[in-house]
Amino acid sequence: MNTPKPPYGPSTIAVHAGEARQKPTDAITDPIVCASTFTFANSQAVIDYIEQEQPREEYGRYGNPGEKIAEKKLAEMEGGEAALLFSSGMAAIVGVFMAKLNAGDEVIFFDECYHRSREFCAKHLARFGVTTNQVKACDYDAMEAAITPKTKLLVSESPTNPHMSIVDLERFVDIGRRNQVETLIDATLATPYNLRPIEYGVDYVLHSATKYLAGHNDLLAGVIIGTEEKLAAIRNLRGIMGAVNSAHNIYLLLRGLKTFELRMQRHNANGLAVAQFLASHPRVKRVFYPGLETHTYYEVAQKTMSGFGGLVTFTVKDADWRQTAAIVDAAQIPRIAPSLGGVESLIEQPMIMSYYECSPEDRQRFGITDNMIRMSCGIENTDDLIEDLRQALDH
Amino acid sequence: MKFRTRAIHVGNERDAHTGAVVPPIHVASTYVQPGAGDWGEFDYSRSGNPTRKNLEATLASLEGGCGALAFASGMAATHCATMLLNAGDHILAGSDIYGGTYRLLHKIVNRSGLQVSLASSSRLDELEAAIRPETKLLWVESPGNPLMSLTDLAACAEIAKRNGILLAVDNTFASPALTRPLELGADIVMHSATKYLGGHSDVLGGALVVKDTSLYDRLYFIQNATGAVLGPFDAFLVSRGLKTLEIRVREQSRTAQQLAEYLDADPRVARVLYPGLPLHAGHDIAKRQMEGAFGAMLSFEVAGDFALAKRVAESTELFQLAVSLGAVESLIEQPASMSHASYDAADRAAHGITDGLIRISVGLEAFEDLRDDLSQALDRAAKS
Repeated sequence: MNTPKPPYGPSTIAVHAGEARQKPTDAITDPIVCASTFTFANSQAVIDYIEQEQPREEYGRYGNPGEKIAEKKLAEMEGGEAALLFSSGMAAIVGVFMAKLNAGDEVIFFDECYHRSREFCAKHLARFGVTTNQVKACDYDAMEAAITPKTKLLVSESPTNPHMSIVDLERFVDIGRRNQVETLIDATLATPYNLRPIEYGVDYVLHSATKYLAGHNDLLAGVIIGTEEKLAAIRNLRGIMGAVNSAHNIYLLLRGLKTFELRMQRHNANGLAVAQFLASHPRVKRVFYPGLETHTYYEVAQKTMSGFGGLVTFTVKDADWRQTAAIVDAAQIPRIAPSLGGVESLIEQPMIMSYYECSPEDRQRFGITDNMIRMSCGIENTDDLIEDLRQALDH
Repeated sequence: MKFRTRAIHVGNERDAHTGAVVPPIHVASTYVQPGAGDWGEFDYSRSGNPTRKNLEATLASLEGGCGALAFASGMAATHCATMLLNAGDHILAGSDIYGGTYRLLHKIVNRSGLQVSLASSSRLDELEAAIRPETKLLWVESPGNPLMSLTDLAACAEIAKRNGILLAVDNTFASPALTRPLELGADIVMHSATKYLGGHSDVLGGALVVKDTSLYDRLYFIQNATGAVLGPFDAFLVSRGLKTLEIRVREQSRTAQQLAEYLDADPRVARVLYPGLPLHAGHDIAKRQMEGAFGAMLSFEVAGDFALAKRVAESTELFQLAVSLGAVESLIEQPASMSHASYDAADRAAHGITDGLIRISVGLEAFEDLRDDLSQALDRAAKS
């Protein structure tokens, strides 16, 4: 079952796709190939490899057997043609930018983006002569208006982090197509279980695989999915720049993917239950969760997503940053840490965790308020998480 | 905290040195001591290792024990338990047990002067009648392997108490997500952690969990003296596997129930052995003893001979032909030629392990995919 095709279900694909049925040494799992380089039988074999473009390994930076298996599995899970793994989510997005953009080009970004992506655009892409036009998230008129003949890429996350804004992918792709601009969606918070951007015609789907895909808070990885043709230049650049993942990490990623569907079902259930609990709590002012009818993007989410993940953002009524921090500190089950999407629940106050060094004006511009808390619901027992949040809010 | 939450958090406290959400893998074989004769918590990795200790803390919590010991394999764990006994003592074991346990008891442990006999643990009168004055250990599995017989563990614990012997339960098939033998009165729980605990077909491991501290101390002494400990990398992988244990076991059990019902209604199948079927002899015990599900192992007999069963096992495309069980990948095997080949042929026949028997370990794949795969394998085997 080298490449399972529909009608195989998502869990069957997660367990088997990309893997040979009969593996080296007949082992049921693939080996972790740590080799940095791969040998040739003789000089003629090297010449044949180059002249015939044989599909074999050469040097670890250009490819690794485990990497190829994980990439095939991720591509099938996403419904895409090919995938490229990187050493982190940031390495993946940087890989796309560096491969696709030249001096003089423009990229359209959005205000609710991951703050390190913004930093890369502003501090580094700018040095290479690439202009970033930042528009309001999900503002389609602003996207259209920002496009110039130099625009090469239209980028958004969906959902955004931490505001959980949802992009209408039909409109997003339509803007790209009409203007001949390629589109990229960072679907880290959604995962292929909840959102299928390729089916809408998005050119590149990006994930921080550190999050739900690997799922255990124990490795860093990034992946970009698209057509073989569109990824070729990025693959080439990755081999030169070298932001590849390690064989050990890739094995953990493959292992994490086996329980992907189960974990996502639990994350979705816990996220929704926690969001509903928070919405009913008197100390909570506002809950940002796409599965709540009160959420601005509820209808778009209903249209495009099949579940809403484990990330829940909320604000606390009449609380300054210290009173908000006291709630975070009172929680017993979620640990205070950045990141999300793992089996362990995590909690953080964006103002302190990711935006501490921003000016109050910038925080206001990015919609990060002092009373905001972001919780990544893990796969623990739902009642345990709710009871813990209740005691933390009543603290 | 509930089972699922403990599986993630107990034994996985944040790392004090770095704040890491996942504890580091401690690979050191030895530890620097504060002074000569002045011992720190860890001295030598056979005697104790932080990564192994974390796993043992999680296992103890999930089984409701006072402590756990992690071993290099399930057989190493079983062997350690048998080393509690002395020459002349007798071990009484259930008859529906793993072939490797049978081999250990009959071909290794017997050489140390221990006596071994088997009796059906699902017929409690016969079981109690088989206890001798020298009996020190009663060893049972539930559900049994490969016949899925159910043993009433609470009743066995009564028998063990009445006769002043230890009750050890191999809980590999049920996993603590469904059955917790210590809560039912057992003294020792044994696991092949290779199976559901690790859950991903990528680690060998074993464990003993007990609820009595003096018994723990005796077993720890044996483990430290004999050295069949679990390595830190594998301990880490088992800990990682435990975080999804309950959701895996429940989902795999749900699919197994559906497959059992499907096979049970299929004329190509002579008999289905699955505790979740109402007509299964152990169904009522299973309902009491297994929490909300009946496990993900099932056996069935094809209407035919050894050769037909062999062809079925060799004809699947999703189920892979391999021994072992409990992982995300579904496996299929023929006990007579594979998992129970180490039984003497006469004992296989006496204990109902027929040539037509096929055992499947249901993984995480979709029910429909697994059903279609078994169906085509039954057809293909019948034609060839």
